[in-house]
Amino acid sequence: MGSQPLTTDKLYSGYRNPDIIRAYSHKIHQAAQDLDRPVNIMEVCGGHTFSIVKYGLDQLVPDSIRFIHGPGCPVCVLPQHRIDASIALASMEDTILVTLGDMIKIPGSRTSLQHARAEGRDVRFVYTPLDAIKIATENPHKKVIYFAIGFETTTPMTALLIEQSRQLKVNNLFFHINHVLVPPAIELILQQGGHIDAFIGPGHVTTITGTGIYEPFALQHHKPVVISGFEPIDVLDAVLKILLQLCDNKAIVENCYSRSAKPEGNLKAQALVSKYFETREDFIWRGIGTIENSAMKLRDEYVEIDAEQQFSRYCPRATQEKTSGCLCGQILMGHAQPKDCALFGKGCTPSSPQGSCMVSNEGACAAYYRYRRY
Amino acid sequence: MCLAVPSKIVSIDHEFCTATVDTMGVSREANLALVENNVEVGDWVLVHIGIAMSKIDAEEALRTLELHEELLLSSDIQENDPDGKSTSDDG
Amino acid sequence: MADRILLAHGSGGLENQCLIRDIFVAGFENHILSTMDDAAVVNIGTLAVSTDSYTVDPLFFSGGDIGKLAVAGTTNDVSMRGARPLYLTVAFIIEEGFEIDLLKKIVASMASELQTIGVQVITGDTKVVPKGAVDKIIINTTGIGELVCDCAVSHIQTGDQLIVSGPIAEHGACIFAAREEISVHGLRSDCRSLWPGIESLLNKKLHIHAMRDATRGGLSAVLNEWAEQSHHLIHIVENQVPISTPVSGFCEMLGIDPFTLACEGTFVLSVAEQDCQSTLEVLHQAGYPHAALIGTVMEKHAHPHVILQSDYGTERLMEYPSGEILPRIC
Repeated sequence: MGSQPLTTDKLYSGYRNPDIIRAYSHKIHQAAQDLDRPVNIMEVCGGHTFSIVKYGLDQLVPDSIRFIHGPGCPVCVLPQHRIDASIALASMEDTILVTLGDMIKIPGSRTSLQHARAEGRDVRFVYTPLDAIKIATENPHKKVIYFAIGFETTTPMTALLIEQSRQLKVNNLFFHINHVLVPPAIELILQQGGHIDAFIGPGHVTTITGTGIYEPFALQHHKPVVISGFEPIDVLDAVLKILLQLCDNKAIVENCYSRSAKPEGNLKAQALVSKYFETREDFIWRGIGTIENSAMKLRDEYVEIDAEQQFSRYCPRATQEKTSGCLCGQILMGHAQPKDCALFGKGCTPSSPQGSCMVSNEGACAAYYRYRRY
Repeated sequence: MCLAVPSKIVSIDHEFCTATVDTMGVSREANLALVENNVEVGDWVLVHIGIAMSKIDAEEALRTLELHEELLLSSDIQENDPDGKSTSDDG
Repeated sequence: MADRILLAHGSGGLENQCLIRDIFVAGFENHILSTMDDAAVVNIGTLAVSTDSYTVDPLFFSGGDIGKLAVAGTTNDVSMRGARPLYLTVAFIIEEGFEIDLLKKIVASMASELQTIGVQVITGDTKVVPKGAVDKIIINTTGIGELVCDCAVSHIQTGDQLIVSGPIAEHGACIFAAREEISVHGLRSDCRSLWPGIESLLNKKLHIHAMRDATRGGLSAVLNEWAEQSHHLIHIVENQVPISTPVSGFCEMLGIDPFTLACEGTFVLSVAEQDCQSTLEVLHQAGYPHAALIGTVMEKHAHPHVILQSDYGTERLMEYPSGEILPRIC
């Protein structure tokens, strides 16, 4: 091994090589023929949904293979009352709300952060959460609230922000935590009878958590889980490995993303996460409903920086979601495809989304709308 | 979820635990706190929202690429192109 | 003269006169402007007129500044219609307290860009507004040109070949990085005046049906607008579209689609098939070495759209840009 050094070109173009893509497509067609039955593969992660739709990977597999787009977009699954909370916090006096760009268009029950900003609220979209320290330091007389979003991949970044802000004794920075967890969502989908034969595991979540979190789905539910990166060849490789497992009647956790995801994950990140966070009893997922132990919150000892605690009177209570005849719940469970929904592209578009799957680039409906409308 | 891109470490500032990294010719700052002690200049890291989340295992990256190349060699896609989807660019 | 712009500079009195004479008339010197009459009088044939206002943060960026942009941007729009840009009107709206040295630098940059394309400023205006009423400075320019070759969207036909003059998204990526304070190196705006290159093309009497510079909304906006306005399907081969490595890297890094990022010196042409090769040759000679054939105008269609084909045969829509461009984590 290592006869040639790794280069940028290899890390990008190597995994997008058209000839190899076609070769995988061919192998997948062969394997599907051997298997000779329809297969529903859920890609849990919105990043995979985006890759599949952007690169047209679904056009490279036979019709018997269907991709079911899972609940892996962290802003799509945020319930309206938490979006409303971000707007309510931004509307407090002398407050700057800091969050990531993905949040800008997400509609709450009445409005979105981009509208709040247009109305004069100080809402800042940062490229890295660590910028929140700079903003807090430059505005010592204001409350700066970091509205944290993301799955297991992003939780350590919030933990690092907390760690650094405490080391630097920044005392005007607060945190509203909306970090959610992948395994409980998969578990719920399986329990509720989602028609899923196998899972493509999210490579970047796994890079942090390690591969162990998927074992129950293979051992107890007998579903193959293949962890994959986000390049076209990564995803096709995972699809092929899933088909081969199904052919052999196997159900194990396989790792196709060994260049980044290790069995044990990133221990340092895990330690930092458990220093500051613990599991919530439950969390409402937009389009799905309440899932037990499916999100993180700050540990009790950090109550003084917990925006949910400190400004609880501003944050709206959890409410039942308004449903508007949209099929998001069904789509997330694998029972429907975006184009099955009567609202798709009509009452529901990325600029005026009705349901969770249309609100962010990664949502299944938004991805279809952008790339597959015709 | 979770956009993260491979970037090469160009220099490390140990005092602030940050690095200058190169992403396809664009250089920028990245925080190294989550991969500290584990990386050096010339290594590849995966950067998520400005923070390195893992070191890329170069050996594994090359090994997987080799496996993909082998798959290509073992398949005769010219004749068996599914659905006739092989491209003939009209460039 | 004070080192900062005061409200008095816009009040029509002595300070106002000094500002106009010492900075604008001196900077843009020509005999039409020097008369300082209430209106400029010019005499030309069939006119092509275009107006645009410029606000950019930061004012000075790698590859250009707001002044260069205000000259190139508007004269480029005139050039794209197949007209030779001749005259420009310039209006400045300046925030109280703006540094006079910066204003001088902007005017000098405008003057130098005007010189490269032989365009004269024939009339202008200055307003000074109280601090906070605008962000530093806004420049409006109106370009006036004489029609040489009638290039328009309505001339686009089935079978036309689509050419892009160079690597896309350079300006958008550069400004985005600077504005978001994302410290990246290796990005440079493509901001430049297109007339010299267009002139060589028009001289060759090629069958160029339409041209448009890919400014806001980038390549994707131009192609989607063309599809919609001409009612044709458009087919683009993804890997033929020139994109520089740093811009690709930047877009990968932030999850941004390069097709939707602005250019300020790059344009798209719809050319009759028989003249495609000659057009490319002229462009390559005229300072656009990376000009490339990227696609074809297809048949008319009830729902015209732009299809992007990957080099392994899959297809997707080239999306129409929408919303604010922001880095994403997902």
